[in-house]
Amino acid sequence: MRIVAEGLTYTYNPKSPFASHALNGVNVTIEEGEFFGIIGHTGSGKSTFVQHLNALIKLTGGSLKVGDYDLADKKCDFLELRSKVGMVFQYPEYQLFAETVEKDVMFGLKNFHKDMKEEEMRAAVKEAIERVDLDYEEVKDKSPFELSGGQKRRVAIAGVIVTKPEILILDEPAAGLDPLGKKEIMDLLHAIHGGWCKTIVVVSHDMDEIAENCTRAAVFSEGKVVMEDTPAGIFRRGDELLAFGLDLPVTAKCARILKERGVEIETDFTVEDFITKVLAEYGRRQG
Amino acid sequence: MLNDVTFGQYYPVRSFVHNMDPRAKIVFMIAYIVAIFLAKNFFALAAVTAFLILIVLLSRVPFGRVLRSVKMILFLIVFTAVLNLFFYSSGAELHIIWHWKFITVSWESVINMIFLAMRLFLLVMGTSVLTLTTTPVALTDGIESLLTPLKWIRFPVHELALIMSIALRFIPTLMDETNRIVAAQKARGANFETGGLIKRAKAVIPVLIPLLVSAFRRAEDLGDAMDARCYSGAKGRTKYKKLVFTWRDALGLIFTAALITGIVFLNLYLGGKFAILDYFFTK
Repeated sequence: MRIVAEGLTYTYNPKSPFASHALNGVNVTIEEGEFFGIIGHTGSGKSTFVQHLNALIKLTGGSLKVGDYDLADKKCDFLELRSKVGMVFQYPEYQLFAETVEKDVMFGLKNFHKDMKEEEMRAAVKEAIERVDLDYEEVKDKSPFELSGGQKRRVAIAGVIVTKPEILILDEPAAGLDPLGKKEIMDLLHAIHGGWCKTIVVVSHDMDEIAENCTRAAVFSEGKVVMEDTPAGIFRRGDELLAFGLDLPVTAKCARILKERGVEIETDFTVEDFITKVLAEYGRRQG
Repeated sequence: MLNDVTFGQYYPVRSFVHNMDPRAKIVFMIAYIVAIFLAKNFFALAAVTAFLILIVLLSRVPFGRVLRSVKMILFLIVFTAVLNLFFYSSGAELHIIWHWKFITVSWESVINMIFLAMRLFLLVMGTSVLTLTTTPVALTDGIESLLTPLKWIRFPVHELALIMSIALRFIPTLMDETNRIVAAQKARGANFETGGLIKRAKAVIPVLIPLLVSAFRRAEDLGDAMDARCYSGAKGRTKYKKLVFTWRDALGLIFTAALITGIVFLNLYLGGKFAILDYFFTK
């Protein structure tokens, strides 16, 4: 499913002194099969934008199409759309509520597929829990509240992917995790990507995460998309990013320092590629 | 849906009323309520209405905004009004319009109903002007200051004010949190809009439990943070914002005193609320 947004606008608390324009005409196209990154400051409108994608926020201006679903159409089946566009919120562990992990993960299934058989549901839950690298037999009867932070987050993600959404949207999925936990979450996303989950959209302000994982990315600033390109293309325009008050990935920072010293490195800004290129350059200079 | 709650929502403009001392405003509000219940005839109520209109104009809050606060208790007003219309009785003889079994509608009950509805309207609108023009923090400061005399009987005034300001402080936070959890559960297919009463009540559980868990987590965090900064109660604490009584408050005082006196005089010289009936029926 392809996502096409044209001239999307949204205002919080319209017609009051608290009115704030979250989106000021967002144009962006996300193709099927992409691992798409959304970068931006707090308040740049990125979270508001992604909540439009599964109609959690109703369209008020502009047009938005997700596959064959036209979100401007009042007759659009939002429940069906939501079963196809999974959304993992920031700190998803705060949404857990059921007595057992199994029941919590099953929540989405029960809502979307009311006529599904109990055994089928259990099988799907087992698959989802194992997909997020948890031991099904060990955790299924535990209360989600007695798990560790990292495990809770995995359970919450399992609760979203259990319905096998074609598009998976994650808002800061690695926020608050240690470097190892971050890597594990990203590896998990790559493992899901390409199977039933065709498109992944990640909201993040961790530039290393974007450089390392995304096929393309969009930069949000003041409710608009100011750049839409491959990570390499975006981070090559480092000065502009800094002007938007955004950070650069470590590789781009190193590349800038090297450039100041007269060493130009052509890289796509992933750590692996950068190191190879730098070593090659070093080798060339040493002769 | 949760953003529509006007009650206690501060309307940020600069105005005469906004700049008044919160203590003065609370006292005026009490006086205003007393005035409403002192009023015995329609002339007195009209005086209160005029006073309210003046205050709203001075506060520069749009009238629609103030009216919206009535919406929340509209049901209550209609309910009491209907009860009063059908079941009013007093010792005196009534001018009956319609009678059926134990239900009696009389001119007296109609008048009584209008009177009561007006009182409730004025009450709610007046009190919402206070919350629209005063930040919750200023309001608690004002209440704390006004309750200070109770310290003599060892009433924990400071603690009470602290509890109030913490509660107020966390309303927007918990509201945000609620919205977020609702969105997260909606994304997992939860349905809050349709279904019968029981189904809807059940639909709330996936929101209520995470909210409760997070409220406890926040309470613990806040307690730890206060301990870490050596909070030890009221003793020796000073205020960041001192409340000052200004010419505005003095002016307000004169106005309010005039209102109360005026109403007492109107009550004395223009009779009760049914006086208007005497005028019609004696002719």
